[in-house]
Amino acid sequence: MSGPNTDYDPVEVTPLQPEEVEAARDAALAAIAAAGDLAELKQARLEHAGDRSPLALANREIGALPPQARKEAGQRIGQARGAVSQALAARQAELEAEHEERMLVDETVDVTLPTDRVPTGARHPLTTGAELIADIFVAMGWEVAEGPVIEAEWLNFDALNLGPDHPARTMQDTFWTDPADHGVVLRTHTSPVQARTMLSRTPPIYVVCPGRVFRTDEYDATHSPVFHQVEGLAIDEGITMAHLKGTLDHFAAAMFGEGISTRFRPSYFPFTEPSAEVDLVCFVCRGTGELDGASCRTCRGEGWIEWGGCGVVNPRVLTACGVDAQRYTGFAFGMGIDRTLMFRHGIEDLRELFEGDVRFTTAFGTEL
Amino acid sequence: MKTPVSWIREYVDLPDGVTTEDLTRRLTALGLKLEAIESTGADITGPLVIGRVLTMQPEPQKNGKTINWCTVDVGAANGTGEPQGIVCGAHNFAPGDLVVVVLPGGVLPGGFEISARKTYGHVSAGMICSARELGLGEDHDGIIVLPADAGEPGADAFDVLGLGEEVIEFEINPDRAYALSVRGVAREAALAYGAPYRDPAARSVPAPNGEGYPVVIDDPAGCPVFVARTVSGFDPAAPTPDWMARRLQQAGMRPISLAVDVTNYVMLETGRPIHGYDGDKLQGPIRVRRARAGERLTTLDGVDRSLSAGPAGDLVVTDDSGIIGLGGVMGGETTELSESTTTIVVEAAHWDAVAMFRTGKRHKISSEAGKRNERGADPAITPAAADRVVELLTTHGGGTAEPGVTVVGTAPARPTITIGYDLPALITGMAIDAATTVANLEAVGCVLVKADTTLTATPPPWRPDLNDPFDLVEEVARIVGYDQVPSVLPREAAGRGLTREQRLRRRVGRTLAGAGCVEVISFPFVGDAAFEALGLAADDPRRRTVRLANPLSSEEPSYTTTLLPGLLRAAARNLGRGASGVSLFETGTVAFPVDRGPAPIYGVDWRPTADEVAKLFEALPDQPLHLAVVLAGERERAGWWGPGRESGWSDAIALVRRLGAELGVGVDVAAATRTPWHPGRCAQLGVGGEVLGHAGELHPKVCQAFGLPQRSAALEIDLDTLMRQAREVTPGPDFSTYPLAKEDVALVVDRSVTAAEVGAALREGAGDLLESIRLFDVYTGEQVGTGRKSLAFALRFRAPDRTLTEEETAAARDAAVALAAERTGAVQRS
Ligand SMILES: [Zn+2]
Repeated sequence: MSGPNTDYDPVEVTPLQPEEVEAARDAALAAIAAAGDLAELKQARLEHAGDRSPLALANREIGALPPQARKEAGQRIGQARGAVSQALAARQAELEAEHEERMLVDETVDVTLPTDRVPTGARHPLTTGAELIADIFVAMGWEVAEGPVIEAEWLNFDALNLGPDHPARTMQDTFWTDPADHGVVLRTHTSPVQARTMLSRTPPIYVVCPGRVFRTDEYDATHSPVFHQVEGLAIDEGITMAHLKGTLDHFAAAMFGEGISTRFRPSYFPFTEPSAEVDLVCFVCRGTGELDGASCRTCRGEGWIEWGGCGVVNPRVLTACGVDAQRYTGFAFGMGIDRTLMFRHGIEDLRELFEGDVRFTTAFGTEL
Repeated sequence: MKTPVSWIREYVDLPDGVTTEDLTRRLTALGLKLEAIESTGADITGPLVIGRVLTMQPEPQKNGKTINWCTVDVGAANGTGEPQGIVCGAHNFAPGDLVVVVLPGGVLPGGFEISARKTYGHVSAGMICSARELGLGEDHDGIIVLPADAGEPGADAFDVLGLGEEVIEFEINPDRAYALSVRGVAREAALAYGAPYRDPAARSVPAPNGEGYPVVIDDPAGCPVFVARTVSGFDPAAPTPDWMARRLQQAGMRPISLAVDVTNYVMLETGRPIHGYDGDKLQGPIRVRRARAGERLTTLDGVDRSLSAGPAGDLVVTDDSGIIGLGGVMGGETTELSESTTTIVVEAAHWDAVAMFRTGKRHKISSEAGKRNERGADPAITPAAADRVVELLTTHGGGTAEPGVTVVGTAPARPTITIGYDLPALITGMAIDAATTVANLEAVGCVLVKADTTLTATPPPWRPDLNDPFDLVEEVARIVGYDQVPSVLPREAAGRGLTREQRLRRRVGRTLAGAGCVEVISFPFVGDAAFEALGLAADDPRRRTVRLANPLSSEEPSYTTTLLPGLLRAAARNLGRGASGVSLFETGTVAFPVDRGPAPIYGVDWRPTADEVAKLFEALPDQPLHLAVVLAGERERAGWWGPGRESGWSDAIALVRRLGAELGVGVDVAAATRTPWHPGRCAQLGVGGEVLGHAGELHPKVCQAFGLPQRSAALEIDLDTLMRQAREVTPGPDFSTYPLAKEDVALVVDRSVTAAEVGAALREGAGDLLESIRLFDVYTGEQVGTGRKSLAFALRFRAPDRTLTEEETAAARDAAVALAAERTGAVQRS
């Protein structure tokens, strides 16, 4: 700085005293703090940080001060304006946050209101049950084979060692299509699918056959003229009853839980020799026959549940279906899907499966 | 087969301490499955004692009945030794008779507690029992009068009545006919415990001679052995001994008369059905042959039967008078045993099992004898069984055995079976050595010839089921025990997973469930009533069905051609149970008849040729897989979001479109007329030029007939066709990221023009720059004129390689509108 400020007008220019700067700052900070909402803060900003605010005006006068006074005044006013602008920003953020919060609170809805505008669909447990079974076997490398429900008598009976004069043929009460001597029946089991598979493929064969079957049974809580079976067939070199047992144990554990195994009892089926009935360890009482001190209802206190039939494929069947019985052996098994689901899910009356009541079906969802 | 345990124990010495539960467990493990253990009188608790009637005083009552005021000696059983005063309503006894008395404190079947009570002016301290009150039969004509030697008054009556005896009921599989006898069951029990066994059929019998009743067999294949013995001087009034009657009842048979009861008893004991003829009514020699054309017989159940002739026809027994019986199945009326029979000719014959099965099936006769004959009885014990009958008849009926013994024919020879010693181990996976194989086959009665590596077995005559090597494997294995079979997973082949069709079916089901539909499974049987309700015309192809020869109900005699009846009924059932709306679907086979002749029946000794297999398949009806949906009542619920919505025609069509989108096929929709849909609200659905099926609103009359709300909608499509058209591999989509240009156009057309027609013209006219087109509004009203409608489409344009200019977009839009105008007469609305 050289020479005096000739423009200096001691009347016009009254540089702010430090006390006045502080007072203006304090007034600004107080107004900012007092602003209750964003509109009040805007007003405070205008009054205390706007172009006409005391600090802004004071700032403008710094240039008119004598050089020796400029630095000090500049610092003082700068600090004051900095404090004000900081306070404004802080309060702005505070009020914005408060505003947003209040707005969100205002937008609160009752989230417990119903949302069932479109009703829920479901798939039938017999469908999803068959899929569950199929998936267990597919995971073991088996395939799922299917065939028609209206079937040739030869495939349903003769090919399976159930000749026309076989007493066991009366065990299965058959629906015949008209005329009855045309050799066409509603299949009484899914075994003809096994025959079809053997006729069309060469071993090794590992197939599981779920499907709908028919018997002329009266319709009641445990019998139905229409029901569902799953059968399995394995044909390979060196197949034994032990493989049958291993497969069914695996199936039982996958279907009913770890530790649920099977037992065999000698039985008779024309399709197999040796033949066995398969019982399942009761998965409810885990074989003890007791539940909470009472006799288990699922297995009637037996500890075992009758599950199905099985055995080593009769070589006569292999021969009729074109499989080399000298080279290959096989095993087969079969059980009712309806019955399996009834005890797996505690369904008391078989007819519930066929009534089509949506309350029954929706309980099972889309997968078992 | 019901078998008293005491009877089994007559032939086998079971180890000490073996309970009935133990026995049944072991027998079940051998293949005689336990059905039930019954114990007669298990629900009776004492005191039940023998009493001697001392006095009886008839006292007429006001109600017309006469009661007897009795005093009965019950020994010390009543604690006092004094006679017991009892009121009894029966009259079939006299002072001095031994009767059965239940004293106060006893409980009879049904929880009937006995106490001293005042009745008819007396205090009746107990009850004199009838057979029915004790649960011993239906005989309620009077009280039980015991034989004079039954026991002392006061003695326990349980044993005398055979109460408390356990009877095992077995389920006998068709291959184990030998177990349809106590002889066979006891043999298995002996096998189970390695216990000593006495064969009830092992008895010395008189040698055949020429003096017996003359018998001629014309058909030795049908009747290989016929034994005849004669008892004369038989007392037809002789009663059946109590023990025999009791065992017959325990086995589930009704005692009839001594002569009949003896034949049944010996059948139960040996498994050998026996027939008795009234010897005085027989005329000339007995002859066995097949029936001839036109022959008839009235069997002893009173049914007049037309017999089947020919080499596979019915086997008949004749004498000079004609046919007197259906051999092995049922006798005739003319020579039936009666209350005047004094001469009995006893037949123990072996019959061909297949012939027995056919005759039983043909004439619908199911008898105890037939059941055993058709499964195969022991042909070797015919002389022993006849001899046993003669013994029991003469012992209890007072007659004499005639010395004549007729035996015609011989038991058929058994085939031999050769197996390797290791076959049981190879087939079962169990560690079964040669010694075990030999021991077990011998234990079931096989006679073995042993070579170095193989054995040749001759099965015993009572095991006609043993014919093949694997039959022997089962015999060996069941004695080793099926619980010994190890659990081993096979080494599976590499599977290919689910087939494409199997995966597609799952997708269809999940898609429909996702759209709010619930799957149902109904019976596929149908009848005219359902077709009428659907309004199908008389010549509708869906009325041409695969009919059942033996339907469960004559109302529904066919396999269905449409899934709709079952589905519509299920919908109505749900609504009837209070549902406000239902969306149901079903996938299932339907069947359409073909006239390609019968399905052949081939032999089973070799595989049919490929042509023969093809003939089997050809004869079967067409069985496509259908999918049907019914939508009835509320489809969307009302709620806080706004009003609900009823199902309608568009919901049904939307579901098919949604399935098409899921399976990657475009579904063509065209207006159609088809029952059971509303004629103006039915769409024919197509994929790839094939008809898929129909969807839309049901005809009002159909809704009414099935009890569904008006405007209910339905669809039925051929799922096989849809799945066949399903996209195999979805190509990755290729799309542009340049800016989108939007143009909306409103076109006024005649009301008969469809949205699909206008849309197709716009699409074609717009050219390659068109990315998508969507109809977003339909307007009818004054502004567009009567008989006309305005369709508003949103067109979206985009180029693969550049930003479109306004001019390009406008040109494409104008081209689209121009083509729509040309094709459909559309006028753009300003
Ligand atoms: Zn249990």
